[in-house]
Amino acid sequence: MGLSHCRVRGLLMLRLQKLTKTYKTGDQALKAIDLEVPKGQVLALIGPSGAGKSTMIRCINRLVEPTSGAVMLDDTDLTKLGPGALRRARREMGMIFQEYALVERLTVMENVLSGRLGYVGFWRSFLRRYPQSDVDEAFRLLDRVGLLHMADKRADELSGGQRQRVGICRALIQNPKLLLVDEPTASLDPKTSRQIMRLITELCRERGLAAIINIHDVALAQMFVPRIVGLRFGEIVFDGVPVALTPEKLTEIYGEEDWEATIEAVDDDEDVEAAQ
Amino acid sequence: MSHRELDDMLGRKWRKPHFVTNPVLRWSLIFGFIAYLIAAFMTIEVDWGRVYEGLDRGWQFILAFTRPDFISRAGDIWGGLLESIVMTVAASVVGILISIPIGLGAARNIAPLPVYMICRGIVAISRALQEIIVAILLVAIFGFGPLAGFLTLSFATIGFLSKLLAEDIESMDKVQAEAIRASGAKWMQWINYGVQPQVMPRLIGLSIYRVDINFRESAILGLVGAGGIGATLNTAFDRYEYDTAAAILILIIGIVMMLEYLSGVIRARVQ
Repeated sequence: MGLSHCRVRGLLMLRLQKLTKTYKTGDQALKAIDLEVPKGQVLALIGPSGAGKSTMIRCINRLVEPTSGAVMLDDTDLTKLGPGALRRARREMGMIFQEYALVERLTVMENVLSGRLGYVGFWRSFLRRYPQSDVDEAFRLLDRVGLLHMADKRADELSGGQRQRVGICRALIQNPKLLLVDEPTASLDPKTSRQIMRLITELCRERGLAAIINIHDVALAQMFVPRIVGLRFGEIVFDGVPVALTPEKLTEIYGEEDWEATIEAVDDDEDVEAAQ
Repeated sequence: MSHRELDDMLGRKWRKPHFVTNPVLRWSLIFGFIAYLIAAFMTIEVDWGRVYEGLDRGWQFILAFTRPDFISRAGDIWGGLLESIVMTVAASVVGILISIPIGLGAARNIAPLPVYMICRGIVAISRALQEIIVAILLVAIFGFGPLAGFLTLSFATIGFLSKLLAEDIESMDKVQAEAIRASGAKWMQWINYGVQPQVMPRLIGLSIYRVDINFRESAILGLVGAGGIGATLNTAFDRYEYDTAAAILILIIGIVMMLEYLSGVIRARVQ
């Protein structure tokens, strides 16, 4: 359901075909997932802990090896690629992480520039002699997220929100076609969470980027993302626009609970946003 | 239902569960160990007459520290010290350089299984063979002198540093490294950006600590003919020149304390 009315006319960016992941323990994290993401579309992946959200986006860039199925990025099946080709394909997919995953003892600038590692040779990266165009782009991105003045600070000196902004810059400097975003706000306070979600969705719009955003905060997803996919026990149980996410649907995704408050809260939030 | 269970529990004494739950086993382990300890002490024979004689010799030795003789064997002492320092520096540099690739290979989270097994094997061999034993073997092969000492210390450094480096890599933060991998980095870039920054402070700290150990070891290795200040010390003891021996020991203690202080300063700065 729901897929057709939110599909943008045009080419597909990503298509998952019968994507399955079975862990060695026998846990079926993903059960033959089929999903299509058009170019430039941002979608939120919601679902309870252990539903397979994180596994799914890690199967796309193969930080986790899928057991079977295909991951088509443009017209390339990523699951068939050898090590070298996989590295080149990973340059096209920027990733943003839950705990920011910045290299703590490197500077902000080194962290941002590490997004270019797939493009520069070892000695250049080892000596930190990046091409001027990369350096300029890093400065531009840091300026865009308001952290230009922090360029030479060590990553562990930054606050959570600032770190996530650096994480965003690192993903974007890859010049990706697709963003894989794993719980970007899980370690942030509510206000910073919104700022980060707004920043991510804005940047995607500016650059025409497609994105899959794992997020457990339903209200936040509804607020910023036009398409929501619900995952439960490794299966897609919902796919549609935010308003279609009724209490019945939420029960289907998360199990029995009183959902009215959650949905009301969203409306309130929007009022607050509008009032500001 | 659960309420009735709670009523049963209320008023009952609570103790932390014992590590060994079976009380018979627990008490027999405790008494068995005490009995063994007593028996073990009783097998150590003490010849009190010999101790009485020895006390005098020990006292002579301690007295020598009040009048250490740096002068009469100054040439030997200076030569021995230089040799020890050369051995220490050379063995530390070579040992550390070899330890880094072996340490990477011995970390299960970044090395494939066959490489891991080989590197762990090298670490195990290096750690199983005590410095003195290695030195005796190498002196037999290369003859008396600092070459045997240098090789011994390099070999020992590998076992020490590779193992501790590998353990630090194994306990690193996985996501930081994962993020670098997700950008399409090559293996060497991944190590350089994702792993190295995480383990660098500890690697530096351990390396300096190892320099410290190598210097102390170099003083011992001389006793089996592997050169350095230990050889000079051994000669001094053989000639009953306790005042010269005292001078050497004072120098060793001074240098070790200096290294200790220096390593503290450097380690504090690299965190």
